[in-house]
Amino acid sequence: MSQVIDPRSVDRPNSYIGRSVPRPNARKLVEGRGQYVDDLILPRMLHVAFARSPHAHATIGAIDASTALQLPGVLRVFTGADLAPHCEPWVAVLAHLKGMKSAPQLPLPLTTATWAGEAVAAVVADSRAVAEDAVARISIAWQMLPPVADMETALDKATPVIHPALGDNLVFERTNESGDVAQAFKTAHKVVDATFHTGRHTGVTLEPRSILAEYNKGDGTLTVHHATQAPHMMQEVLAKHMRLPLSAVRVICRDIGGSYGIKVHVYPDEVAVAVIAKMMGRPIKFVADRLESFASDIHARDHRIKGRMAIDAQGRITAFDIDDLTGIGPYSVYPRTSAVEGNQVVNLIGGPYEFPSYRAKTTVVLQNKVPTCQYRAVGHPIATAVTEGLVDLGAEAMGMDPVAFRLKNLMQDDSYPRTSPAGMRFEGLSHIKSFGVLMEMMDYQGLRADQERQRAHGVHRGIGFASFIELTNPSPFMYGIGGARISAQDGCTVRIDPDGSVVAATGVTEQGQGTEAIIRQIVAEAVGVPIDVVRVITGDTLTTPYGGGTWACRGAGIGGEAALQAGLATKEAALKIAGAMLQAAPNTLDLVLGNIIDKATGAVRMSLGELGRIVYFRGDTLPPDLPRELMQTRHFITKQFPFAFTNGVQASHLEVDVDTGLVQLIKHWCVEDCGRIINPLLVDEQVRGGVVQGIGGALYEHCTYTSEGQLTVGSMADYLVPMAAGMPDIEVGHVETPTKESLLGAKGAGEAGTAGAPAAIMNAINDALRPFGAKVFAQPFTPERILAALGRAPKR
Amino acid sequence: MNTEVGISLTINGERISRRVEARRHLIDFLRLDLGLMGSHTGCEHGVCGACTVRVNGLIVRGCLVLAVSLDGATVETIEGMSDTGEIRDLQDAFVARNACQCGYCTPGMLVTAAELLSDAAKTRAVPSRAAIREHLSGNYCRCTGYHAIVDAVETVARARADGAGTGTGQP
Amino acid sequence: MKARAFRYERAHALADVFRLQSEADGGAQFLAGGQSLLASLAFRLSEPSLLIDISRLAELKGISVLPTSDVRVGALTTHRELGAHPDVCRHVPLLTEAVPLIAHAAIRNLGTIGGSLAYADAAAELPACCVALEARIIAVGPGGERAIPATSFFTGLFTTALAENELIRAVEFPCAAPGDRSTIIELTRRSGDYAMAGLVMRATGGRQASRLVYFGVGATPVVASEAANALGPTPWSAEKIAAAQTALDRDLDPPADQHGGPDMKRHLARVLLARAIKKLEAQPEAHAA
Repeated sequence: MSQVIDPRSVDRPNSYIGRSVPRPNARKLVEGRGQYVDDLILPRMLHVAFARSPHAHATIGAIDASTALQLPGVLRVFTGADLAPHCEPWVAVLAHLKGMKSAPQLPLPLTTATWAGEAVAAVVADSRAVAEDAVARISIAWQMLPPVADMETALDKATPVIHPALGDNLVFERTNESGDVAQAFKTAHKVVDATFHTGRHTGVTLEPRSILAEYNKGDGTLTVHHATQAPHMMQEVLAKHMRLPLSAVRVICRDIGGSYGIKVHVYPDEVAVAVIAKMMGRPIKFVADRLESFASDIHARDHRIKGRMAIDAQGRITAFDIDDLTGIGPYSVYPRTSAVEGNQVVNLIGGPYEFPSYRAKTTVVLQNKVPTCQYRAVGHPIATAVTEGLVDLGAEAMGMDPVAFRLKNLMQDDSYPRTSPAGMRFEGLSHIKSFGVLMEMMDYQGLRADQERQRAHGVHRGIGFASFIELTNPSPFMYGIGGARISAQDGCTVRIDPDGSVVAATGVTEQGQGTEAIIRQIVAEAVGVPIDVVRVITGDTLTTPYGGGTWACRGAGIGGEAALQAGLATKEAALKIAGAMLQAAPNTLDLVLGNIIDKATGAVRMSLGELGRIVYFRGDTLPPDLPRELMQTRHFITKQFPFAFTNGVQASHLEVDVDTGLVQLIKHWCVEDCGRIINPLLVDEQVRGGVVQGIGGALYEHCTYTSEGQLTVGSMADYLVPMAAGMPDIEVGHVETPTKESLLGAKGAGEAGTAGAPAAIMNAINDALRPFGAKVFAQPFTPERILAALGRAPKR
Repeated sequence: MNTEVGISLTINGERISRRVEARRHLIDFLRLDLGLMGSHTGCEHGVCGACTVRVNGLIVRGCLVLAVSLDGATVETIEGMSDTGEIRDLQDAFVARNACQCGYCTPGMLVTAAELLSDAAKTRAVPSRAAIREHLSGNYCRCTGYHAIVDAVETVARARADGAGTGTGQP
Repeated sequence: MKARAFRYERAHALADVFRLQSEADGGAQFLAGGQSLLASLAFRLSEPSLLIDISRLAELKGISVLPTSDVRVGALTTHRELGAHPDVCRHVPLLTEAVPLIAHAAIRNLGTIGGSLAYADAAAELPACCVALEARIIAVGPGGERAIPATSFFTGLFTTALAENELIRAVEFPCAAPGDRSTIIELTRRSGDYAMAGLVMRATGGRQASRLVYFGVGATPVVASEAANALGPTPWSAEKIAAAQTALDRDLDPPADQHGGPDMKRHLARVLLARAIKKLEAQPEAHAA
């Protein structure tokens, strides 16, 4: 098993890795024949709707469901007290985030609602419509409590403490420090600083959160059809908190209509559904509607960051000094916790750059607002915006071109392996080479000349850059060491069937990014069969190896490696049997496109189907002591680096209408180094989708709140997401620096687009506004904020 | 209160008669009454476009139409349009270009794109990328960022204008 | 987001409508294109006991040019039909220009002009066009028809001069005269969104002042008569334009909304005026009817 896949060799056998093969699942999806959770109908299935708190902070008094229960079709109404005996509360902390604290949480709260939108009672009815009718008839005696809705004052003595038992509203704080920051700023040639804001926003998956749980009283098994990225994690959670044996819980993922991290968390209302299913012994379905989604899907990225950067007389960065404050919800979210985003910020700022001194502090505080947690690129868009914003200020202060300033300060491509001042270990990155590819792609000088010409006509175009690093392939250092039962390893079982077709079952999962496609490619190449005889099974805790699901871009790097190794092992086993049958040494044979061939001559000796027939039906013809294991399982975990790091650089070309504050995006570029690319088409599209998601946060998306903790964007009419007309074409380029952690060398690419896009947009806007001396640092960069920066209309 | 109404209409070429709750929108009627799961809701208030289907030959948001108002109407969903082969070339282009990731917006996106293409075909015009983006800007996609979708639609528009499209373009 | 239950009746004649409505004793709402109503039902902002489907009433359909040189547009005319109709394009080109700005194709296929005017969203295009064109809204009730000038039709936020038991039957637009020019310009965050601010501008060939109607800056379309007077007839010098922009402060009292505060709206209104003027100056004049 010492073969190394080298996709650069185009005439290698079975060369699927590295090719843009279309996804096998795409055909059914374009025909409307996918199978999402809401498409599934089970006998005697019932529907849930939740009564949700309209108040940010209130004591729950009597819940009167008497008129609700009178409606025909309404079966039960459950409150917190009804469910509590059937479910262990959870506390979302990680041991390695020292000092982190959060309050216990139940599926439905017992005494107090702590955010507007929190589910406090569940109605079960024979249709969703009737369940909603019943919800409208429930009356709850609320006693208002003062809401905590300003993160800047969350730790003030005068501010109410949301969970008195915790003592204060502080969830986690950490200072990450190295070198001598004080000295660096004291002796700096230039110091630049800014206060950045990233606006709280959310994922807006087009398929809302969906779960259908059924409990079979006959055998005590709970089967959950769940739109989740991490079925094994959900299996663990439900088993633990519902006090069921792990083997009694099965989580099945069907087609999922978008996730981006939103559907990797434990939601109390979804746990409530599973508990109700067990209590009632009937299938229970819950699909959040769009109003519920805005008020209960996790939010993310609500930060205020004060940043300073010191530069020496040669234009080299000498230090970053960062103070990050973030307001989460009233509970940290289980089990990945809501402190990870802030922790990422202090781990990642300055990431691409060469500098000796670093200090970054994060303070994570509770709020009576929708809970927050990991959402695509977790922390990276914030860290990159702060870093790249300061870098641009630095370039300006030194009178240098922003590209020249970056090239002077980026870590050199030959300086690895190394550890960053923030303590991140890098195996090998390609910041300089990637920048070179970008410069070739975008005709930078031409764009600058155009900018100059246009300015003379009062047209203000800007060019903005963002270099970034992106964390992928996490080891147990992300969650496992903190006590979370979240798997950093993954497994794949490959099986050759009697006709020579292949089935591969994997613990990584599919939400549209193409996991099944790349596993199929890898297995086809590793085993040596045509791709269309490979079938991939994902998303079922009962029938796949134990794994971690798809998040942090681990599908290719970890899931893909397990699939590669399992495929190679299966081929090796097949060739041993073939060798015995053909009286040839196995190492003189190969398996290519479903045929066992003589390596030296290329002559076909037998088909894999023929081998399968013999092994499965005519085992009597084989030597008695010959192993016949045409099914092999391999598991993979990263061992050398706690996280893999990828890198890239993005550029935005845009035009600011300085009279209206509206921004028109002309073009966008991203050069991405994600290590070995399994499928260029899929990687490019992940980058593009990620870029536009980042643009959404930069220009449009904002979950705004009143001072009373009321969310003022309730629907897609108020919450603006990027639509086709406003988005640019996005050119994607690649550099490949494979990791040596695995045979495959893949690092993962799903989140890179989102990591760098907001920074590139911000820098482009500020570049456009340079003649006016106006700058914007608070996302989203709305017309109001741009006009205020220009002094044309005051901000409210 | 008599809140149910009898309707007769044609769905994907099949004559259907049902009694329906007045408040039920077309998408719920398709999914709950007829088991046609290809049409999706993403917002239920007419903004995201996931529910786009064709009624009496024109694209509409299925969540903004009551089933009971469609007595005598002709409805076409993604299933029907797939079965007739009308958008085969568009579907092939989506698959080849990876313009479909999670697939949730895809039925609505295809139905919407089909109308742009059939309108353009009347004058053998090839809509510009800007015109394609404009027409599709009522259909939210979170996965693709739209670039691949625009590429796929543009490819099909060109092919049809050249007379080389494999889809019939005819409903 | 399922609507609360209601009864549904399809009207085959106007008489049906009024009878059904009176029987419902205040609980009825009209269903035409449904593009605003169904969202309202989904949010449970509207909870009617009865929906009266008026979408099949032949009396409310059709576009014709009247002997009075008005174009009469039936209330049930969809936006798609309005935007594609040759008589509208020829005689009321402002409407042809406005239609593509309304939402998206799927909405335009079902949404009607009657619905848009009756719903009276302050950020919508057609109400402002009607005010700018001094259209007449023909309302019909159990007692008969009456013509309501567009200028007095929009009385407040989502409120019109229609009585409870009236619906819009048609809208009559004066045909553009030789020398007439008109344009609509709006500022939106994204294509198809309701406007942050919008302006309809009409200029005639004669010596009268132009007509300026803003939308998205108040509870109803706002006629900016002070600005129009300050601007005067063409030619529009830089001084006149500046004076008109200043005069806008006397016409507009914009509320804050999700896009920004009153000062931002005022600023955008000034920008729109300058841009509308540029567009009109570049336009050829309307041909004789």
